[in-house]
Amino acid sequence: MSANSLQRLAPWLTAAVLVAAWWLAVVAFDIKTFVLPTPWEVLKALYTYRYALFINGLATLSTTLLGFVVAVVFGMALGIVVGSSRLAYSALYPLLVGFNSVPKAALVPIFVIWFGTGTVPAVITAFMLSFFPIVANIATAFATIEPELLEVMRSLGASQRDMTVKIGIPRSMPYFFASLKIAVTLAFVGSVIAEIVAGNNGIGNVMLIASSNFNVSLVFAALFVVGIMGVGMYAIFDIFERRMTAWSVRGSATLQQFGG
Amino acid sequence: MTFIQLTDVDLIYGSAGSNPGEGTLAVSSANLSIAHGEFLALVGPSGCGKSTLLKLIAGLVRPNRGSVKVDNEEVIRPLKTVGMAFQNATLLPWRNIRDNVMLPLEIVEPYRSRQKEDRAQNRDRAETLLAKVGLSDFADRMPWQLSGGMQQRAQLCRALIHEPSILLLDEPFAALDTFTREELWDVLQELWAFRKCTIVLVTHELREAVFLAQTVHVMSARPGRIIKSRSVDLPRPCTLASTFQPHFVELVQDLRNHIGPGKQP
Ligand SMILES: Nc1ncnc2c1ncn2[C@@H]1O[C@H](COP(=O)(O)OP(=O)(O)O)[C@@H](O)[C@H]1O
Ligand SMILES: [Mg+2]
Repeated sequence: MSANSLQRLAPWLTAAVLVAAWWLAVVAFDIKTFVLPTPWEVLKALYTYRYALFINGLATLSTTLLGFVVAVVFGMALGIVVGSSRLAYSALYPLLVGFNSVPKAALVPIFVIWFGTGTVPAVITAFMLSFFPIVANIATAFATIEPELLEVMRSLGASQRDMTVKIGIPRSMPYFFASLKIAVTLAFVGSVIAEIVAGNNGIGNVMLIASSNFNVSLVFAALFVVGIMGVGMYAIFDIFERRMTAWSVRGSATLQQFGG
Repeated sequence: MTFIQLTDVDLIYGSAGSNPGEGTLAVSSANLSIAHGEFLALVGPSGCGKSTLLKLIAGLVRPNRGSVKVDNEEVIRPLKTVGMAFQNATLLPWRNIRDNVMLPLEIVEPYRSRQKEDRAQNRDRAETLLAKVGLSDFADRMPWQLSGGMQQRAQLCRALIHEPSILLLDEPFAALDTFTREELWDVLQELWAFRKCTIVLVTHELREAVFLAQTVHVMSARPGRIIKSRSVDLPRPCTLASTFQPHFVELVQDLRNHIGPGKQP
């Protein structure tokens, strides 16, 4: 087996080993199903509740993506502002860091007071969790443009807009796509937390109901669905990243020629 | 005929205006006059204000005292008729070499508003320059596929594409090995013969200054002022062979003596 295909199989192998260890532990220590179900029972729950999981999974997915899209637009705009001006950087960045340290789960009840239960607080929580990495990455990309390059541009009479369009945005693309992968998984965390606290549908809501019925297998099945959606979105943005920013991964581009 | 004129220029970094006592006095009472089409070199110890002097000429910083004039006009904003090149090539890694070279045409008028119509012509223009520096076969390559010396050649093309009347070079060859550097002296010399623009070259290599420039100005340690100007009366174009001639060596030594004693072993 070549090193390359081994690398491709590696995540499946680790997953298989973990599942096997889990199963063994449940059997060996005779753990009760309502404490920790076996993988098989989780699989059965997935099948039994497939319809509810599918519908609520879609609800969570759309909530998450809505919050995420808003985070991308807002995060990019704020990142450009923060990264382009020293004044904006020192005025806003500490606030952003402070805001990011606030546990967002604690904010959900406030959103409920403002917007009621349901989808809106979940969208907002997804947005709140996911915009920070985007802002931070875009701002870093803009703030670390080589000063000589800016001098070349200024000496040509380039406007602020020229610098943003010709230098800043293309330069920030690798940072941007890297942050999207992180942000989309955080958006899932946000929407599921909000659904658990205040949802009336979605995977988080399924988990809340399942755990109040001591249906731990279903809780795990729901977690599994969230995990799969997260990995799926991560993979999609990973492909995006490779396509859009091939210029920044020159090392691996040459490596592939020899990989066979 | 004077083209660029600096008169009693002071530049202080980090002075908030009210208290000129604080801040770094980078350039002090600098006087410099540069003729049309002249090739001038500035040498001096590190941190003496050479880069600052270039920024003053380009209009990227304004003097705290004195005046900077280009073509008899006070420089009050960045000039658009300059090309600049630096020690690190600062090519855009997401553009191939040709598109990197064409960047100024997307910014500077009148090229900017005629980009669409002149697309083919601009490509030719870039390729002519690339051919001049020996990069014809690399127009479609990405910057990281080029060696350091090749990137510097491309950077020179980018600095010249919009036909600037002034070329400002800030230690463009300092990061290269000796052989590559000497190759690039020839390239630059040829470009100058081809374009005939006014060139100000900052360097810390005296041989480079004497090889390329018609006039060499020596700056003192910070705050930088010009302590010695010397014209180089060598036949042009200079060749590598002439760097071993007694007259060349004598010129270099004379300049060396004005920079102050070297470190004793
Ligand atoms: N943007 C800046 N802010 C404050 N001080 C600066 C700045 N740029 C340069 N200086 C200072 O001004 C002096 C001259 O700098 P510079 O012109 O870059 O010197 P050189 O190019 O000759 O090495 C140095 O002491 C440097 O520390
Ligand atoms: Mg310098």
